[in-house]
Amino acid sequence: MDALGRKNRRLVLQLVLGGILMFGFGFALVPLYDVFCRITGLNGKITNTGPIAAEEADTSRDIRVQFIGINNEAMPWEFRPTLNTVSVNPGEMRQMAYFARNPTSARMVAQAIPSVTPAEAAQYLHKVSCFCFDQQALDADEDMEMPLLFVIDKKLPADIHTITLSYTLFDITPRLSTGQIIKDDTQRSTL
Amino acid sequence: MIKRVWLLPWIGLFLSLPAKAAWEVNITPGATAISREVYDLHMIIFWICVAIGVVVFGVMFWSIFHHRKSRGAEARNFHENTAVEILWTLIPFVILIAMAIPATATLIKMYDNTDSDIDIQVTGYQWKWRYQYLGQDIDFFSSLSTPREQINNEAAKGENYLLEVDNPLVLPVGQKVRFLFTAADVIHSWWVPDLAVKKDAIPGFINESWAIPEEPGIYRGQCTELCGRDHGFMPIVVEVKSQADFDLWLADTRNAAQAQAAAASEEWTLEQLMERGEQVYNTSCAACHQATGQGIPGAFPALVGSPMVTTDIDAHINIVLHGKAGTAMQAFGAQLNAVDLAAVITYERNAWGNDTGDSVSPQRITELQQ
Amino acid sequence: MDTTLSVDSTEHGHGPAKGLGRWFFTTNHKDIGTLYLWFSLLMFLTGGCMALMIRAELFQPGLQLVQPEFFNQMTTMHGLIMVFGAVMPAFVGLANWMIPIMVGAPDMALPRMNNWSFWILPFAFSLMLSTLFMEGGGPNFGWTFYAPLSTTYAPPSVTFFIFAVHMMGFSSIMGAINIIATILNMRAPGMTMMKLPLFVWTWLITAFLLIAVMPVLAGVVTMMLMDIHFGTSFFNAAGGGDPVLFQHVFWFFGHPEVYIMILPAFGIVSEIIPTFARKKLFGYASMVYATSSIALLSFLVWAHHMFTVGLPLAGELFFMYATMLIAVPTGVKVFNWVATMFHGSMTFETPMLFALAFVVLFTIGGFSGLMLAIAPADFQYHDTYFVVAHFHYVLVPGAIFSIMAGAYYWLPKWTGHMLNERLGKAHFWLSFIGVNVTFFPMHFLGLAGMPRRIPDYALQFADFNAVASVGAFIFGLSQLLFVYNIISCIRGGERATDQVWEGSHGLEWTLPSPAPYHTFTQPPVIK
Repeated sequence: MDALGRKNRRLVLQLVLGGILMFGFGFALVPLYDVFCRITGLNGKITNTGPIAAEEADTSRDIRVQFIGINNEAMPWEFRPTLNTVSVNPGEMRQMAYFARNPTSARMVAQAIPSVTPAEAAQYLHKVSCFCFDQQALDADEDMEMPLLFVIDKKLPADIHTITLSYTLFDITPRLSTGQIIKDDTQRSTL
Repeated sequence: MIKRVWLLPWIGLFLSLPAKAAWEVNITPGATAISREVYDLHMIIFWICVAIGVVVFGVMFWSIFHHRKSRGAEARNFHENTAVEILWTLIPFVILIAMAIPATATLIKMYDNTDSDIDIQVTGYQWKWRYQYLGQDIDFFSSLSTPREQINNEAAKGENYLLEVDNPLVLPVGQKVRFLFTAADVIHSWWVPDLAVKKDAIPGFINESWAIPEEPGIYRGQCTELCGRDHGFMPIVVEVKSQADFDLWLADTRNAAQAQAAAASEEWTLEQLMERGEQVYNTSCAACHQATGQGIPGAFPALVGSPMVTTDIDAHINIVLHGKAGTAMQAFGAQLNAVDLAAVITYERNAWGNDTGDSVSPQRITELQQ
Repeated sequence: MDTTLSVDSTEHGHGPAKGLGRWFFTTNHKDIGTLYLWFSLLMFLTGGCMALMIRAELFQPGLQLVQPEFFNQMTTMHGLIMVFGAVMPAFVGLANWMIPIMVGAPDMALPRMNNWSFWILPFAFSLMLSTLFMEGGGPNFGWTFYAPLSTTYAPPSVTFFIFAVHMMGFSSIMGAINIIATILNMRAPGMTMMKLPLFVWTWLITAFLLIAVMPVLAGVVTMMLMDIHFGTSFFNAAGGGDPVLFQHVFWFFGHPEVYIMILPAFGIVSEIIPTFARKKLFGYASMVYATSSIALLSFLVWAHHMFTVGLPLAGELFFMYATMLIAVPTGVKVFNWVATMFHGSMTFETPMLFALAFVVLFTIGGFSGLMLAIAPADFQYHDTYFVVAHFHYVLVPGAIFSIMAGAYYWLPKWTGHMLNERLGKAHFWLSFIGVNVTFFPMHFLGLAGMPRRIPDYALQFADFNAVASVGAFIFGLSQLLFVYNIISCIRGGERATDQVWEGSHGLEWTLPSPAPYHTFTQPPVIK
């Protein structure tokens, strides 16, 4: 029976190890999903960010870029794009801005979360700089214009004529005040 | 949780239900080219399934009838046949390919990216929809208009029970409408069967879909993603109008918005505010705080005798305008106009024996919002 | 399978301990199997009462009995209890009882772990049910608990729900490890893999699925816990997380979980049909391969639960094709069962009736599953009662009927008494009628446009809802007959022979009825 006992123990160890690996795999799905999104543009996550070399604009195509601002549930700020739509040539670098105002009587911190549709277009929208890279703080009754600099890749598929870029504004004041750090900078830069 | 007096009105209402043809058994062919294509696809797949079912169950019931011991059937001794087994692996495979071809074609059509005529942003809230016509300066909320009494069986149910809203989404016929879906709290899902559009509205993310309604008419749908307590009470009503009627509606809606703004600068008496406030309360607040203002213990606080409602007027205005983070209390500042906000706050401060005598003017709200 | 053995009629060893301690401290696979089966029956009745509460509220339009927040708790708890409390433990119970005696082993490979994996369950479910009485109520976000409804917007009791899910996960994983070790290491000499009864085969594959996906479920609820209490942002968009990620991880667990609940059912039915057709199972090897392919494909189809979240075209197509592909091995199984009946010599005792109903009604559930796989059509079906009808057809007359078939099939071996056939058939026909009256109209409701998980509905859905509610009470009440049948079979009845059924083959039917407390302490000889 001892041989059987050893056989059982080995098998159990292997299976337990398998279970632990799958538990880890559950967590590994989080970064894997990000990679997957980057490749497929799933969910309209913008992954191309940072400085870019200047390029010749492709003036043969006009892309309509539509801007949307959304307030998440209890976010009382006034928040809207300064322009609803702009017409852009692929390769052309364009500056845009969102207006934000804190109408309450207290200082608040906000985080804007971008999203793009159609999802296939996400990987062709390159953000050189964006207010969504950082958290935004406004004192009571203060307002500001938040800039956004972007380029549309010339490789954008021919059937896409309109790209919608939305920002959802989240109130993160309570989370910050309880000492919870949202995330580190490296993570934020992928937004 | 369990209501005590339920049996009698229940039986009474059952008898008084409108006699409506209610044995609908199939999906609607709908009002767009895509919805008809989906309907046809659905029927093709359905009949293929029926055909396979008839063959398989036919052989099965034939065996059950003929190869039973009571009829003296003797079991034969075969238990494998490679040729047959390969055959019935391949045949389903071929049938599946036949199904996949039209399905793929329809799906590709649905993902069409050609330019749209109107873009409408659809935002899901707990538990209503907000429609913003992008670039048209039109922005409104659409919530259930069925009275609470009908839901609680205290009044006879109307024809469009639970499928009626205060402000329907209005679309022009024959135009390509592009919908942009998102949500402000949890995930919702916007479904209008006649347009064959069902898309999740996800907080922080944007999704799109489109439709070209071909027939004027009223099309009804519902939220299809569990989004909390009143998930079953946030219907969608789409009114498709001719281009002329649609333009008329656009003008009217813009005028109404201006009239609303003008009303905010008028003087309102306590009685006027109370009357209006009760209506606003019942559509926007009663779902949680209850029509009696008693709330639901443990979930939604009572407004009757609440210190905020009976004394601290600034805090009261603040919470109605800006909501309370981390709770179900939303920011109504963006959802209601100044008159409605003033009215509902006044109503809460004077109804159910709160009797503070306070009257909040629309001007006060407008000032705070500037 | 050609298995005869030299019966070791002088079974030695001791009998069961006396008193309650027998059940708390037992390491005997038959005792633990019995515990699992009683527990799952209790949970089946509990979850059933919740279903009846739901159906009572939905009998008429308007809110009559319960308020929406309580309704949502009922739908959530009904789902969780039926999946994790009724169906899964019932299959584990059957595995505990039958696998050792089907492979000629004296007991499970790890008897003490077996005891733990059972006794975690009553604690897990007490904890989960206790949330119903907590401030803010129990889980109300559906059994799929999509974030952020289950995180940022959840009642405080969600923490206890998460802990209960962790405990269930531990129990299932330990059970699965034990079953794999038993099947791989404890087989009697000569019991080669391709001689294993099909129930054992399907359970072996199921156990691997459990080990692969229960940890993922544990992972996803752990991420929820961290989002709620430790400020992480896995699923919170405000912190750079993604609520859709929750759905991907959940369904990566969830779809294999669906097959965890149906593969052992395939095994049971593949045991019963040959017995009552008095003919060997047609295509044994292809059954094994079909089961394995279903298990493998189950890892590649999860996003068909998410066709409406806004996947790119390529994603929709991939998941549509992969899902449709599952129809092939599933079809092979159905064809094999029908071929087994073809030119058999059939009789229709209660277990056979349940097995035949399984084949027909599961296939209907399979057809609606195929329809749901067609992505463009799914946009009209998704999250409607059509989906409710689909998964209840595969789970109630699918999984549950197979469990009942298995229970009636093996009861004589467990108790030594034959079942009262008249009462068994009465239970079958009442259940069969009840199930169809309940769930068939739900197809129509869904197609006509009724969303799922709503406590009240528009008037055009009233008639079919009333019919479904009547059916639900017929089905629910007829289960009392099931309980009565089991108890009366334990209490007495015609003595069962060793072989029990005329056409039965396999090691378990060579043992005396009732099966002695210890069996195969000397391995049987398999020719």
